[in-house]
Amino acid sequence: MAKGTLYNKVWDAHVVEKLPTGQYQLFIGLHLIHEVTSPQAFDMIAEKGLKVAYPSRTFATVDHIVPTKSQTRPFQDSEAEQMMEAIEKNVKNFGVSFFDFKSGKQGIVHIVGPENGLTQPGMTIACGDSHTSTHGAFGTLAFGIGTTQVRDVLATQCLSMDTLKVRRVNVNGKLKPGVTAKDVTLYIIQKLGVKGGIGYAYEYGGDVFDAMTMEERMTVCNMAIEGGARIGYVNPDQTTFDYIKGRPYAPAGDKWDKALAYWKSVASDKNAEYNDVVNFKAEDIEPIVTWGITPDQSVGVNDKLPEVSSFSADEVKTVELAYKHMELKPGQSIKGTPINVAFIGSCTNGRISDLREAAKVAKGRKVSKTVRAFIVPGSQQVKAQAEKEGLDKIFTEAGFEWREAGCSMCLAMNPDKLQGNEISASSSNRNFIGRQGSKTGRTMLMSPAMVAAAAIEGKVADIREVLK
Amino acid sequence: MSKINQIEGKAVPVEGNDIDTDRIIPARYLKEITFTNMGKYPFYDERFDAEGKPKGHPFDLPQFQGAHLLFVNQNFGCGSSREHAPQSLMRWGVRAIIGESFAEIFAGNCTMLGIPTATVSQAEMKKLQEMVKANPNTHFTLDLDKKTLLADGKEHLKFDIHESKRNALVNGTWDTTGILLANAGKTAEVAKKLPYVSGF
Repeated sequence: MAKGTLYNKVWDAHVVEKLPTGQYQLFIGLHLIHEVTSPQAFDMIAEKGLKVAYPSRTFATVDHIVPTKSQTRPFQDSEAEQMMEAIEKNVKNFGVSFFDFKSGKQGIVHIVGPENGLTQPGMTIACGDSHTSTHGAFGTLAFGIGTTQVRDVLATQCLSMDTLKVRRVNVNGKLKPGVTAKDVTLYIIQKLGVKGGIGYAYEYGGDVFDAMTMEERMTVCNMAIEGGARIGYVNPDQTTFDYIKGRPYAPAGDKWDKALAYWKSVASDKNAEYNDVVNFKAEDIEPIVTWGITPDQSVGVNDKLPEVSSFSADEVKTVELAYKHMELKPGQSIKGTPINVAFIGSCTNGRISDLREAAKVAKGRKVSKTVRAFIVPGSQQVKAQAEKEGLDKIFTEAGFEWREAGCSMCLAMNPDKLQGNEISASSSNRNFIGRQGSKTGRTMLMSPAMVAAAAIEGKVADIREVLK
Repeated sequence: MSKINQIEGKAVPVEGNDIDTDRIIPARYLKEITFTNMGKYPFYDERFDAEGKPKGHPFDLPQFQGAHLLFVNQNFGCGSSREHAPQSLMRWGVRAIIGESFAEIFAGNCTMLGIPTATVSQAEMKKLQEMVKANPNTHFTLDLDKKTLLADGKEHLKFDIHESKRNALVNGTWDTTGILLANAGKTAEVAKKLPYVSGF
C-alpha cells in the first residue's frame, strides 16, 4: 500500500474494522442518492425491516430520467413518472433530505453535492453512480457503487471494500490556449488507457492541477473512472477552501477554522510514497476529440485517425469495431467530420464555467442549419446563474435550445436521444455504442467549447481557429 | 447465506475487450424499478435487430442455452456502475464469469450477488473460448476452494480471484448487510471521531 497519501489518511480515519474476508468496513461520510439506482435498495432494506442508519448524512435528488424540455408532472413517460414517485415515497418514508424541483437545488447529483457545500475534503462519499469520482476534486475518496451496495450504505452507512493502490499522475508546465480540463483528462485516458487504472486511485498533481479551478478539477476527477480508476482526487488547497466557503452546508463561524485544520491535515505528505508515478507535459496536450467507442480512442483535433496496425494485437478487434460503428476510416482527419447533434451538459461539463466557455463561442455566431444543438445546465442553480448572466439569451440567439437541468443525452434515459446513426459532438463522458439512446448513434467526446465550435461550423473544428 | 464453493455447467463465450455495461444492458431498461425482468435484456441491442429478430449473438445460439459460466476478455463491465448489468446476466443464467480482467465496480457488484469473477491469462482465455466454441457441451467446474477450472472432470487450469472476494463467496459472507450491521456500535464510534460528522 502507498504511504502518507491523502488516500491512506482518509481511508484510515474511516475504517471501522477489518472483516474476516480481508475486506475493510469503511464508514461513508456522505451518501448521495438518485432515482435510478436507489428504488431496489430502499425495497431491500424495507423488506428486512431496516431503517436508514444515518439519514442526516444522506441526500437525494433526481437527474437521470428527468425530461429537460419541461419539468411538469406527471411526466409523459409513465416509467419515468413511476421512478419519480418511488424516490418521493422513499425519501419521505425514510426521512432523507431531497433536492426536488421545488427546492431550486435539483440537478445532477455530482453537481448538486459540491455546489451546496456538501462535498468537503477528507470525506468518504458513495453514490450509486460511477461518476461519483467527481467529488475527488475536493480531496475526498468518492466511490461509485451498485444498488446492493447502496442498500448497505442506507442500512449501515458503511461499505465492505478492498484497498486500492495509489498512482500519482503529474501534469507539469502550462496548458496552451484553447486546451481545457476536459482535454487534460481525455489526454491522460488516451495515454494510460481505459484499463490502466484498474486497482488504482489516481492522485492528480502538478502545476496544471494546482492552477485549475474547482470546476476544472471536477471535470478531471469525473473521468477517472473512464480510465479504469474507481476514484481520482486532487489534494485540497486554498482554491478548494475558497470554493466551499459560504455555501449552504459549509461550516461557518468558529467552526470554519476547525474544518480548515482537518482539511489541511488530510492532504498527501510531501514525502508520501506511491505505488506508481507517471509524468506528463502540459505543452503536449492539444484539444482532444474521441473517434471511437471507448474514451481512450481519441486524437488531437489536428491529428489523423490512427492506422489499425498501430494497435497491439489484442486491441485490434475493438479498434475495428470502433471504425465500423463510427463509420470513420484510419488516416482521415477528425477535423471536418460533420455532426448532426451538439450536446453541452452532464456531470463532466454542465457547470457554470462550462456554459461560460461555450457562450464565448456562441456569442454573435449561429448554429449550423444542419445541427440540432442544445444546452442542458447541470443543476437548477447553474441554470439560474447562467440566466442571471444572460448566457441563455446568447445561446438561444445563436440557435441552441436552452433546457432544464438533468443528465439528458449523456445517457439518454429521458427523451433526449440520438436518432438512427446520428453523430454527436458531446461534452459528456462516454462514447460507448448505444450510449446516447440509439444503438447505431455515434458520439465524439470533446470540451464544451469544442462542442459549441462544432455546432457553429456543422463539423468538428479547432476551437483556436474558430475563436480567431 | 449460501456458501459458494463450486459452480458447474456449460459455458458461453462473449468475445471482445472493454465491453461496457451500456452494451450489457442499455439504459432504457434501467427505468424499471425492480430487477425482476432484467433476465430478458442482457446484450439486448447486440442480440436483436430493429424488428426484434435474433442476430446470432452467443446468448441466443442453441448450443449455449443453459450455460452457467461466461467467458470474457479484458476490462469486462467497464463504465456505468449499474447493477442491472450483473443482475441481467445472473437472471439469464450466468453463475460465474471468467475473464482476463474486470472493471472494479462491476466485479464488486458481482460479488455482492454471489457471482465469482475469476481471471486467467490472455492465452488461456483464448484457448477457453476456442474450446467452448468447438465443444459447447464441455462441462466445466469452477472450484473456488482449489482455484481450479475443470473441463469434463479433468483439471484444465488454475485461475486467480481477488482473495477477499473468494473468501466472501466460499464462507457465505458475500451478502454484507448483516456483517456491517453487527458492527453498528463500532461504526458509531468511528463516526463520532470524524470532525465533520460531529460538526467540527
